[in-house]
Amino acid sequence: MKKKIKLALAGNPNAGKTTLFNALTGARQHVGNYPGVTVERKEGEYQKDDFQAVIVDLPGTYSLTAYSEEEVVAREFLAHEKPAVVVNIIDAANLERNLYLTCQLLELKVPLVVALNMMDVAKDRGMEIDVEKLSAFLGVPVLPIVARSSRGLDDLMAAAKAMAEGRLSAPDPAKVKISYGEDIDQTLLTMTSLIREHGLLKGKYPARWIAVKMVENDEALLKEVNETSPELGSRLQHEAEKVAEHLMQTFDTYPEAVIADHRYGFIKGILKRGIITHRYDENRLYTSDRIDRVLTNRFAGPLIMLGILFSIYQITFSLSALPVAGVEAVFGWFAGLIDALLADGPLKSMLVSGVINGVGGVLGFVPLIMLMFLCIAVLEDSGYLARVAFMMDRIFRIFGLHGSSVMAFIVSGGIAGGCAVPGVMATRTLRSPKERMATLLTVPFMNCGAKLPIMALLIGAFFAEHQAFYMFSFTLLSWVVALFAAKLLRLTVLRGAPTPFVMELPPYRFPTFKGLLIHTWERTWQYIKKAGTVILAISILLWAMMTYPGLSPEKEVVFNHERAQVASLHEAGSVVGEKLLKEIEGRQGAAALQNSIAGQIGVAMEKVTWLSGFEWRTNIALLGGFAAKEVVVSTLGTAYSMGDTDPEEVSSLGQRLARDAAWSPLVALSALLFMAFYAPCFVTVVCIAREAGSWKWAFFSIAYSTSLAFILSTGVYQVGRMLGF
Amino acid sequence: MISLRRMAKNQRGTITAVKVAGDLGRRIRDMGLVTGTEITVQGRAPLNDPVALRIRGNTLTLRNNEADYIEVEVED
Repeated sequence: MKKKIKLALAGNPNAGKTTLFNALTGARQHVGNYPGVTVERKEGEYQKDDFQAVIVDLPGTYSLTAYSEEEVVAREFLAHEKPAVVVNIIDAANLERNLYLTCQLLELKVPLVVALNMMDVAKDRGMEIDVEKLSAFLGVPVLPIVARSSRGLDDLMAAAKAMAEGRLSAPDPAKVKISYGEDIDQTLLTMTSLIREHGLLKGKYPARWIAVKMVENDEALLKEVNETSPELGSRLQHEAEKVAEHLMQTFDTYPEAVIADHRYGFIKGILKRGIITHRYDENRLYTSDRIDRVLTNRFAGPLIMLGILFSIYQITFSLSALPVAGVEAVFGWFAGLIDALLADGPLKSMLVSGVINGVGGVLGFVPLIMLMFLCIAVLEDSGYLARVAFMMDRIFRIFGLHGSSVMAFIVSGGIAGGCAVPGVMATRTLRSPKERMATLLTVPFMNCGAKLPIMALLIGAFFAEHQAFYMFSFTLLSWVVALFAAKLLRLTVLRGAPTPFVMELPPYRFPTFKGLLIHTWERTWQYIKKAGTVILAISILLWAMMTYPGLSPEKEVVFNHERAQVASLHEAGSVVGEKLLKEIEGRQGAAALQNSIAGQIGVAMEKVTWLSGFEWRTNIALLGGFAAKEVVVSTLGTAYSMGDTDPEEVSSLGQRLARDAAWSPLVALSALLFMAFYAPCFVTVVCIAREAGSWKWAFFSIAYSTSLAFILSTGVYQVGRMLGF
Repeated sequence: MISLRRMAKNQRGTITAVKVAGDLGRRIRDMGLVTGTEITVQGRAPLNDPVALRIRGNTLTLRNNEADYIEVEVED
């Protein structure tokens, strides 16, 4: 069999890179991480006839400087892993800016094939692009494609194959050697010969590229050069500084600015030579802009935004009701089956209480979460989320965050139903360590999908008439708490200046069906995987903690004695006798649970948690919730079904809580508050530790959020009590 | 010649200088805001900041305090 070829996909964000990747690889994708950093690494397989390739979807970047972790990763990948061919996807309707990255790829001398995407959009805009001419000027193959409708992909891959097999020449250096003006060009010449002479980073980067980057004052490369050869590094840096000083004195400008200007000049020079012809005014407004006039309008914009966010609730909750009930019924049937098949004992107890209750409780919410993710995917893929960032930045900045923080907040559950784990990972796009850290530490406050079950449970049980209102209010509240916490952090432990906002508002697009499905499925699968692994293990562990050591023999004797007394006083099967027996059984179950490991911890915690109105059963559930928030529901379920072992009892957990003396609407509110804001689940904590680069921040996150939650819930409970609720 | 911040909605102009280095300067240039580029102010966010620019048929946004570094020769 032939060896698989490694193909890298590079391009600007919004150029259609993901669409092309999906079109080429279908469902054969694998998502992982780059070593050492936290940028997502997407890989997929492509096969057509005898051509097999592993396609690596590089993070979307505008440039190959060291502006963000994504850019460094893309650069490192190209330099280290040396893919056999790099496909650079560029947006035909946005040629000038997209070619900026292409120029840098050419300078890096990678085997390049350019995929000119969205030829249909360009055509609609009255643009004619002379593909052959463009290819001739760039010195690399340029293939027109429409990634959305998979047009031109075969030709593209044929060119990629030819390039990978060396049947096409690499870019002609003479053609793509961009002049940066006399002063810089002279310096580059001196530096390049020095670099060649010493063989600095030979084989990794081209000599001239190193020189250009050093003149650009690229921190990541400077560091690498100085680590490889400190002596040569300082000589080169001296040259770079000399020209920088000269430019500052004569033209009052920076070398980076001159280099960027010349790169764009080079691109303009190419494009001017009859490559693009515009039939209409270049700046005329398109449909997308007309939509923006309404959607980002000063008055209508924010109102529509609120409306869209609120309607997502209505859609997900009403549409998911039926499938949720269906999944619950399946698990109920399963529990019944095991109940009928197995004899009473620890195994049955573990399967029913530990496995089915635990996993079933989580999987029951899959339809809801799937719908929620689908809505988010629509917002993301249509381009609306960028508008949300645009409209929200002014507010976010007040709290020491960045408009882009909105992504992390939304993914974490800013629109309820996200997950703090990908949310924490989404903070990677933030450049400033301080804004990033502030976002990282506050996104777990958002209404993640795992908090939804417990919210649905408590709100359904105590505030059933205003379900949507309460859900929405809790989402708004999570924003308020997160933002103020962020401000507090930015004023104390994370003081520092803000980072650049400059970003693109991509044209609105109809999301592709395939893209939506892949998007939704990826996230839902993350949730299910968590349910199948971590939660199953935790559920069983909790079952054990709640079952063992069980009732002490002395206590058991007492209960048996009581039972004997009932039997001696009442006829077997009499109504009064049955009722008394049931009551004893309930108390015995509760006592057993209270005596278990979890019960003992929960009881011990009552000394503090009575301030917030929580009894030990709630404490156990909240303890379980540290493992994963959705466990709160299954633990409450286990705790109550074990405390009340009557198999005839079919009322749902919500009704059970509503009847319980230890619960009231005030307690439910206090519990909702605590649950929404206390320590993130440990999966999130692990991610925070990894993203922040230290466990110190992870422990800090646990401590400060739990304290905050306790203060909030205690405040509400105590005030509520005083007001007589 | 005025700073980009002071441009009115729908006003057109050509960038004459981007006077900032470092991360912000790099980001601004990477996104295509370089000397000689024609821009039109497309609008502002509901709270007046950030500002949305029309550049070569596409839309970019940046904050007012970032627009301060960009000098523009405006058309009347």
